[in-house]
Amino acid sequence: MKVNGVNRPAPVDPRRLLSDHLRHDLGLTGTHVGCEHGVCGCCTVLLDGAPVRSCLMLAVQAEGHEVTTIEGLAAPGAPLHPVQQAFHECHGLQCGFCTPGFVMSVVGFLEENPNPSPEQIDEGISGNLCRCTGYASIRRAVHRAAELSHKK
Amino acid sequence: MKPPPFKYHGPTSIDDACDLLSSLEDAKVLAGGQSLVPLLNFRLARPAHIVDINRLPELARIYERDGGVAMGALARQAAVEDSDLVARICPLLTKAIGLVAHRVIRNRGTVCGSLAHADPASELPAALLALGGHVIALSTRGQRVIPAAELFKGVFETALAPDELLVEAWFPAPSGVFAIAEESRRHGDFALAGVVRVADRLALFGVAPTPVLVDARDPTRGLKPSGDLEATPEFRLHLVKVLAKRVLAA
Repeated sequence: MKVNGVNRPAPVDPRRLLSDHLRHDLGLTGTHVGCEHGVCGCCTVLLDGAPVRSCLMLAVQAEGHEVTTIEGLAAPGAPLHPVQQAFHECHGLQCGFCTPGFVMSVVGFLEENPNPSPEQIDEGISGNLCRCTGYASIRRAVHRAAELSHKK
Repeated sequence: MKPPPFKYHGPTSIDDACDLLSSLEDAKVLAGGQSLVPLLNFRLARPAHIVDINRLPELARIYERDGGVAMGALARQAAVEDSDLVARICPLLTKAIGLVAHRVIRNRGTVCGSLAHADPASELPAALLALGGHVIALSTRGQRVIPAAELFKGVFETALAPDELLVEAWFPAPSGVFAIAEESRRHGDFALAGVVRVADRLALFGVAPTPVLVDARDPTRGLKPSGDLEATPEFRLHLVKVLAKRVLAA
């Protein structure tokens, strides 16, 4: 499988979840694991460009596919991805645990809805849980991310 | 989190998949995995073998057939939700899919997987039942059509035999006014109760071991929903009455 543009060896154990493979075998700890049964959205990554739960996939299923994690959005030292920049500007995070999952979900969401309505934004982020912000700043960040993406 | 050990099989043809299902003891089909993998993670399911059908792209087809829409076992819920063909022929299915979990889950989850999993609180089995659709089961013994009314046998139980692969689902165009309504604690959660209407047919979900067809004039007659932390049986009956009124006004 390709992870963030780099070819990676296949996982050894078929019961290895993609989330654990990314974190433990590849050292990509930006993908967080929260509930590990698909409810919280923390482990969201892009599979061939579409957001999916990495805790609900076996790593072997990603063979032959492209996975993008939070680490793949912007290189160290490079300008942030528009969605990351928007979360930064709008204080779309507090403790930051849910943030990689939100950012990856929003990247996929804006790809499908470049000019989202407030209702579409609520629907778009409804699969991710945040225990700190109360979501108001995250909603603002999604609006801002749409603006920044257009400018790019 | 570690699922229990299993032997993994990734067949690259439908024939191979059926051969595996007929020869293996205690095998489970993995399609979208959005219900099966949580069960593995919690170790509520411990199959000896996993037959992953994700290398069978020919099963991702969505097409028009016999006055309805048919979709293969690998048609993702998101693809069916976005399909113009489905929206034109069976807009009830488009609506029902919009109520299934969240978009990120629907990017992986499949329509046929929801039907084979047969969660009593799931929208798609009830929609198939209200519409009078069917599924096609394939095995090395041959192929058979299972009407929705004969498919759902109990909680997570279907008429599928262990060696059968649910290869296709068929949803006919609604024969009249249609609507779906449900109530859940949080957006995207499993419904506490839900109602699907197609013309004068009402199917309920979340209130019995399987989706059930009921009399529109008295939708709660004979119902004995279970209670849990989220809702008492009385509350579920109340919801059925309210939701039935809403869909009948559609």
